[in-house]
Amino acid sequence: MLIRFISDYVRYVLKGGSKFYTWMGILGVFILGMLYVFYLQNTDGLIVTGMTSQIHEGLYFANLVFLVGVAAGAVTIVFPAYGYHHEGMHKVAVLGEMLAITAVIMVMMFVFAHMGRPDRLWHMIPPWGIYSFSSMLGWDVMVLTGYLFLNFVCGFYYLWCKYTGNPINYKWFLPVVWVAIVWALSIHTVTAFLISTMPARPMWHHSMMPIRFITTAFAAGPALIILAFLIIRNNTRFWIDDSVIKLLTTIVTWCLGIAIFLTLSEVVVELYARTEHANGLYYLMFGLHGLTRLVPWFWSSVVLMVGAFILFLIPRFRNDFKLLVIPCVMSFAGIWIEKGMGLIVPGFIPTPIGEVTEYYPTFVEWLMTLGIWAFGFFILTILLKGAIGILLGEVKYGGKPATAGYGAQAAAAK
Amino acid sequence: MTVTEDMNSQAGAERQDTQVPRQPAPADPSRVALKTSRRDFLKSGGMLSLSSLMGTAALMTESDDAQAAIEWAEHFQKNYRLMTPEEKAEARARLERRYSEEYGKKVTVDTTEAQPGVLMGYALNIRKCIGCRRCVHACVAENNQSRGRNRPGEKIEWIQVLRMERGKFEAEKMNHGYPEGLGIQVGGNAYTPVGQVLEGQYHYTPDLVPEKDATYMPIACMQCEKPPCVKVCPVRTTYREPDGVVVIDYNWCIGCRMCMGACPYWARRLNVTNPVLPKEEMNPVTHYLGNRPRMRGVVEKCHWCLQRTRHGRYPACVEACPVGARKFGNLLDPNSEVSLILARKNVFRLKAELNTFPKFFYFYD
Repeated sequence: MLIRFISDYVRYVLKGGSKFYTWMGILGVFILGMLYVFYLQNTDGLIVTGMTSQIHEGLYFANLVFLVGVAAGAVTIVFPAYGYHHEGMHKVAVLGEMLAITAVIMVMMFVFAHMGRPDRLWHMIPPWGIYSFSSMLGWDVMVLTGYLFLNFVCGFYYLWCKYTGNPINYKWFLPVVWVAIVWALSIHTVTAFLISTMPARPMWHHSMMPIRFITTAFAAGPALIILAFLIIRNNTRFWIDDSVIKLLTTIVTWCLGIAIFLTLSEVVVELYARTEHANGLYYLMFGLHGLTRLVPWFWSSVVLMVGAFILFLIPRFRNDFKLLVIPCVMSFAGIWIEKGMGLIVPGFIPTPIGEVTEYYPTFVEWLMTLGIWAFGFFILTILLKGAIGILLGEVKYGGKPATAGYGAQAAAAK
Repeated sequence: MTVTEDMNSQAGAERQDTQVPRQPAPADPSRVALKTSRRDFLKSGGMLSLSSLMGTAALMTESDDAQAAIEWAEHFQKNYRLMTPEEKAEARARLERRYSEEYGKKVTVDTTEAQPGVLMGYALNIRKCIGCRRCVHACVAENNQSRGRNRPGEKIEWIQVLRMERGKFEAEKMNHGYPEGLGIQVGGNAYTPVGQVLEGQYHYTPDLVPEKDATYMPIACMQCEKPPCVKVCPVRTTYREPDGVVVIDYNWCIGCRMCMGACPYWARRLNVTNPVLPKEEMNPVTHYLGNRPRMRGVVEKCHWCLQRTRHGRYPACVEACPVGARKFGNLLDPNSEVSLILARKNVFRLKAELNTFPKFFYFYD
């Protein structure tokens, strides 16, 4: 039966129109590019990236942090579904879980890209390696793996029940779902601790980091989910309730609002007294010693986030699902910049000895990043398409092998 | 510090002669592993399945038979602290063989442990430093740092001598307050602050030192009593030795760079590429936790020349300092130079507010 499930799933996913194959083909090209630069990195070393001993965490780490947020953001679907018994959400909760799985896999790929010696990663895994309880990175790996596992179990058990027509055994399923919900908060909190527990980097060393991380995550994650849902709605027979998108919009709006407020408080606290510890933020906002590379990034992020917030507040944008796309894209992009160029990189500028230096991501880094994102969309397409097929009943135990239905086009349109 | 006999290195040398065959080892990793024991083989099998494909590929690209076989064995060795004495001897013999082949000279890898009753300490007379950077060059020569010139990142120096402009008060800057032009008086800024370093400014090459308008601040690893780098390491590859030196097991480092982020003294360097170490310049007297040649993708740092100091010698920088600004000794010995300095001079530690408790002290007369 399990083999049948997998084969049906795979067969359904493989069937698709030319649109679908073009989409997957383009993604495939980027994935090949990623494999090539990964090979480069592992033969020539990280010298092919723009990272140095001064700024030793760059684009990869930034994407990692951002994607942990996206993964955590999936809880904004699961929690209303199971916590508030939101009918529409309940129907699509599994799609959120698929997004979480994808995001965590992407995070792990960024971890691999970031490591100087990815071939030694087993050193972290007992019993062969050593697990260090004092290391935040160790905890991060643990919570991420756990989150991947929990979402995999929840998501695929649900799909499995839909597939076979068996009733869901809520006795163990609900507790696992609840654990997964709390766990989602833990992953981004630990990522925040990962960087905020370093007094050597004054820009990061404040306790606001975890809450700011959670709010931005709950803005960026659902923004992406809304986009995915709108695409699914317009291209498949799978209908997603208006109420779902409205609730998600509300969540995005207010989490974005809180995120902006927290950023503002930080700016005021740091810049009012303007101690030496504010140099990182000052560099980010206005530049330091004539070096201003990150300034446009910061202000573009501010414009995108504040602009998105204002647009969200306008009922015309909030309620028109065509216009809704604009602020969603804006907030997603704004937070991506805020996490990357606005948080990780300036944390290293100036260095602990006061050295002001700049970071230039190289082509290798961009290609790797694009490739991992492409890989993420590749997996997401597969997971969502299969899940939608099952939810629609097109993939069913004992049923005929499904023909290329609307589900395929949904994925293709992405 | 007392000079002790290097018992371990002699024993290791014998072992190398008797146990390790001279002919190239088979390239097949499983056969290499089998030679040690069945248990090790099974273990390495498990690890093999876990280690990433990419790592395998990276290793296979350099399939110089004996070399590759040794690298395979190195790849699956344990964390240095968890090795039994036999495993340590094996690892050491393996390294000595590989380095000797690689650099075309007899390379020794010392594994001398910390001596009991020793807590190493360092003191630096900030008044005396003339900024000649001889310590830096001595350190590079002694500790086999990468010395490439072509691409940025190939050059690694553990010691930084920060050259700082002297601050001064200037009449014309008296009203340079912030914010300007708004009539809010928050204080003038006639003083030019010191302490800003632009990228690479510590690589200065003056004609004559000390320069009139500069002060110097040498820094390197502070060998903290409470090292933040150790706490954040996810694989415990970096740790504090009983004699107080923070070391790295280069073979166990995964290159995650958390330690670099946590270090408030910017004392750690990442080998972004294969270190550029010319054969003739390589220092063959090495220590496992010290100056042995590093590999790509790992973090390295100052270790107070373990290969010297564990045998009662001074670190290379102390020997090289022409003005005697650098002092080194046993903090637990009240009559050592460093202890006497701590007792009698004006002493401070860098970034004391971070509670890292460095064992590197600055003093002035």
